[in-house]
Amino acid sequence: MMGFDFSQIGPALPGLWDGMALTLKLLLMAVGGGVALGTVLALLRLSSNPLLSGIAKFYVNYFRSIPLLLVITWFYFVVPLVLRWITGEFVAVGAFTSCLVAFMMFEAAYYAEIVRAGIQSISKGQLNAAYALGMTYGQAMRLIILPQAFRKMMPLLLQQSIILFQDTSLVYAVGLMDFLNTARSKGDIVGQPHEFLILAGVVYFVISFGASFSVKRLQKRLAV
Amino acid sequence: MNYNWDWNVFFKSTGIGNEIYLDWFVSGLGWTIAVALAGWIIALALGSLLGVMRTLPNKTASAIATGYVELFRNVPLLVQLFIWYFLVPDLLPEKAQIWFKQDLSPATSAYLSVVVCLGLFTAARVCEQVRTGIQALPKGQNYAAMAMGFQQAQVYRYVLLPQAFRVIIPPLTSEFLNIFKNSSVASLIGLMELLAQTKQTAEFSANLFEAFTLATVLYFVLNMSLMKLMGWVETRLRVPGMMGGAK
Repeated sequence: MMGFDFSQIGPALPGLWDGMALTLKLLLMAVGGGVALGTVLALLRLSSNPLLSGIAKFYVNYFRSIPLLLVITWFYFVVPLVLRWITGEFVAVGAFTSCLVAFMMFEAAYYAEIVRAGIQSISKGQLNAAYALGMTYGQAMRLIILPQAFRKMMPLLLQQSIILFQDTSLVYAVGLMDFLNTARSKGDIVGQPHEFLILAGVVYFVISFGASFSVKRLQKRLAV
Repeated sequence: MNYNWDWNVFFKSTGIGNEIYLDWFVSGLGWTIAVALAGWIIALALGSLLGVMRTLPNKTASAIATGYVELFRNVPLLVQLFIWYFLVPDLLPEKAQIWFKQDLSPATSAYLSVVVCLGLFTAARVCEQVRTGIQALPKGQNYAAMAMGFQQAQVYRYVLLPQAFRVIIPPLTSEFLNIFKNSSVASLIGLMELLAQTKQTAEFSANLFEAFTLATVLYFVLNMSLMKLMGWVETRLRVPGMMGGAK
């Protein structure tokens, strides 16, 4: 058996905070982009045009059947190549950007299903009433349907974002210094890898547990 | 894009023995399936036990199961994997440590860690499904069984579980598919499963797009066929008289 010595965690806190800041930045940007793209996908999926809804359906099924880690690894290599192909010149793309694109595109598939269910739960009369008032499709969606749908699906979107928060730790695969990777390397440097790993686990647990607890309370308050 | 596609790359020699790149993919797929299936056995057994515990009137049993679920659901999978692979072996008694670190081949010790990790991780999710399945049954089932003189264990064994399991096949299927996808984290502790072999092929052959396309297709096909298989199982086992039940 071995004893644990957490003495080196105090001095490492500023570095650990930098890692957590990167994790949170990645999370917020990925949630924003993922929800936006997911909403577009959901609207396409519900469109009466079979081609558009077919594309959205394929997109969602495709990303839901492959591992996130595969997407992260692949995008790490592919995003720079694709950008060079689009812009015609070499652009330096860091691991952060390619991870962000991977998370946004992957999570959009999951958000799309939530948004679709949210839109479908709004009574059809709302859309008809909006049309009767002379609104266009865009106005009806933006002003009538989506605000109600988002209110209904807020708990689910947040729950999915908590899962995304945990999944950001997978950027370890491409060497991005997020919270987990920072904790691992700090622990290795000071020779206390176990203690820093436990710390990482505790921090992730406290944040996720606290967040899902609040989401459950929010759900009760929002319940009609 | 100036990229020369070369789909024959999979039949080219890797330069190691007589292997071609396709052999690497076959072996990687084999490891992925071996990890997922072994992990699933643990997840299903432990998850069912915990799910039953959460529905028991006994407060201690249900608190233990609830604590387990919260713990394993709120720590990222990768952190759990590192704990099982780097930390737990160091806490073992000395003999077990030597066995794990020296007697076992690196692939075997990584395999054991991943299987335990994925099994316990997925058990928390299976537990929630089993609990939902049991709670979704009409209360009358429980009372009727008790009125017929069944003991609690018998109520679960003969009345509640056979029905609950058949109702929760669709959500269990998605957990079953998740364990295949999650098994890709094994590549981060050096187990040569599908994703690791893909990366290795991409690096050795420089045919990046082909390697990752094949991996994507393999995961996609694996996923679709498992979904079809479970769909068939579900139709076979439907409870007659329930929504969409067999005739």
